[in-house]
Amino acid sequence: MNSLSRISAIFFKELRQLRRDRMTFAMVVMIPLVQLILFGYAINTNVRDVPVGIVDQSGSAVGRVLEQVIRATQVVKFTHRYDTLEEAQRAVAAQEVRAALILPSDLVQRLARSGSVGLATPNSTNWTTSRPVGQWIVDGSDTMVASAVKSLRNMPLTELLRQAPNRSVPTFEMALFYNPEQRTVVNIVPGLVPVILTMTMIMFTAAAIVRESERGNMEMLINTPVKSTELMLGKIIPYIFIGLVQTAIILGLGYLIFNVPFNGSMLALLAATLLFIGASLTLGLVFSTLATSQLQAMQMTVFVLMPSILLSGFMFPFEGMPLPAQYIAEILPATHFLRMIRGIALRDALLVDLQYDAICLAVFMVLGLIAASLRFKKRLD
Amino acid sequence: MTRAPGPTDAAETVIRTRGLTKTFGPKTAVDRLDLDIARGTIHGFLGPNGCGKTTAIRMLTGLLTPSAGEVEVLGLTMPRDAEALKYRIGYMTQSFSLYGDMTVRENLDFMSRVFGLKRKAALARIDELLETYHLTDLADQMSGKMSGGQRQRLGLACAVLNKPDLLFLDEPTSAVDPESRRDFWEQLFDLCEAGTTILVTTHFMDEAERCHSISILELGKKRAEGSPAELMERMGTNVLEVSGPDLRTLRKTLTALPEVRSAAQLGTRLRVLVTKQIADPEAWFRALPESQSVQQVARVRPNLEDVFVTNTGVSAPDATGTPEARP
Repeated sequence: MNSLSRISAIFFKELRQLRRDRMTFAMVVMIPLVQLILFGYAINTNVRDVPVGIVDQSGSAVGRVLEQVIRATQVVKFTHRYDTLEEAQRAVAAQEVRAALILPSDLVQRLARSGSVGLATPNSTNWTTSRPVGQWIVDGSDTMVASAVKSLRNMPLTELLRQAPNRSVPTFEMALFYNPEQRTVVNIVPGLVPVILTMTMIMFTAAAIVRESERGNMEMLINTPVKSTELMLGKIIPYIFIGLVQTAIILGLGYLIFNVPFNGSMLALLAATLLFIGASLTLGLVFSTLATSQLQAMQMTVFVLMPSILLSGFMFPFEGMPLPAQYIAEILPATHFLRMIRGIALRDALLVDLQYDAICLAVFMVLGLIAASLRFKKRLD
Repeated sequence: MTRAPGPTDAAETVIRTRGLTKTFGPKTAVDRLDLDIARGTIHGFLGPNGCGKTTAIRMLTGLLTPSAGEVEVLGLTMPRDAEALKYRIGYMTQSFSLYGDMTVRENLDFMSRVFGLKRKAALARIDELLETYHLTDLADQMSGKMSGGQRQRLGLACAVLNKPDLLFLDEPTSAVDPESRRDFWEQLFDLCEAGTTILVTTHFMDEAERCHSISILELGKKRAEGSPAELMERMGTNVLEVSGPDLRTLRKTLTALPEVRSAAQLGTRLRVLVTKQIADPEAWFRALPESQSVQQVARVRPNLEDVFVTNTGVSAPDATGTPEARP
């Protein structure tokens, strides 16, 4: 009973201080808001309108029509014309354009014999009919841009001769579940929740406790009946609410602004979020026992934040990473929560389906609590 | 938590330590400290910074585990019973350790909850403290924006909120003006009168002089103990005040003499501590070849600073007989 009242004393004190600390209070709301809008609009893995140049050695009308047809795909847009191949290469090196299309002087002949125009079935053994129409030189350093340009490799050119496109028979039928329009934002918005919570939860708790020692309050507190676990609990409970508020802001505005659906159950979302908040807060607690200043607490947060953004699967697909990197990602709470929240928000996954990640988060939380209370006791001596 | 009012048994020992020692690696912060502090008195730890005052207090409150020795505070063995002790002590740190972004009343309210006071009793106690420590008008001020003296009053109010039997004050007046320091001591005597035992650390002589008894600490060792008057009485030196030209040079030559414990300039005079082995210090001084330019020599009453200087430093009469090596 006394213990409860001491925890609540610290809890209300923390809330009061938080309310008065306008900067921190603003950050609680602004961090998710700004990052949601910024990343929601900005991050797009569907590359469009790549600026490219063209070297038309044929100087023919067909060349200009071909340019229009390629432009119509929206993958590239022609921003520069060059006279020679060398000029085009220099322009790629200077990042003036990302790629350049070279149309040879015998473009018309090549086109007439090309299978992609749809006049006849090409005989691949005959070199005159299997010659490509033109060549792209591409800045291949950015793989995403390069693969966008590469998607033009087999583009049909039937339109060039005003023919109806041949009815193509696909090898496989594709059914794209959960994000049929292939909008990147659908994947980004739920992914922002683990990233932002990692940042705020770890940083705020670590800083909140270090602040007590930095400002000399700790020396007074440890001479009162407050126990270290009571102090830690009282200090982190406010941040649980902050974490939930931030989650609500991100998912709510994601729905309103970017029309990102929420398909899952609220209860599952709450459970997963609480697990992750718990794991992050205890990690923050551990940091608070290691750091001697708020600056150090920040540095430790960044140490976890960077891999949480880059390795968790938020930026790049988890499956694409080599195994050792995947193992590292597995020890980041954000990785597990990312899978859970995407699963719940987009695919209506049940907690049972996500139990591996849920258990991982719970284990992190328990380990963190043990480490923090062991370290915290020592510090008083 | 409640203290029996009325006259207290003066002989009752509140703090008792035997051979209390704390080492941090190779450094001995507190060295075989024996203390017996009686109930209802103000005891001072006098010593320079780094002499082990704070470490000693931390062992007394159970925050640090002694490397050796026994500690008994209010009949409780430290650090085993530290949690139980915390309800019965008040502690005020060197720097302001309350929340600057909370008001005076909020700080007091927070402390009352931490000590688990009942709401109604807490509110009455807070009003009483605001009144006693002249904080009523400041109740809704942010404590971080108050002056040093006001903050100190708030610090004391928070430290005594739980009506402690024992109050620890670690350099309480290092950040306040003399006027506030005076008022502060008046309040300490009021508390003492009401039966609270107070342990205060300081490096101010005038402050130490107000204590009922003091311990002079240096390098973790207790060099002397007793009431200020006793200490002055027992001091191993006589005090001469000398005036004349070129005191700086005179000071240097005097300090080199084995009979002179210390010589310090006070404005136009030089205060010289001469060991008691010299029976008539004035005559002895007059006879010195260095003192020919001196105009006036007078024997004066010792003060606490003299006691402190006599009992500390390189040639201090060390209780254990092992003089400290100094760099």
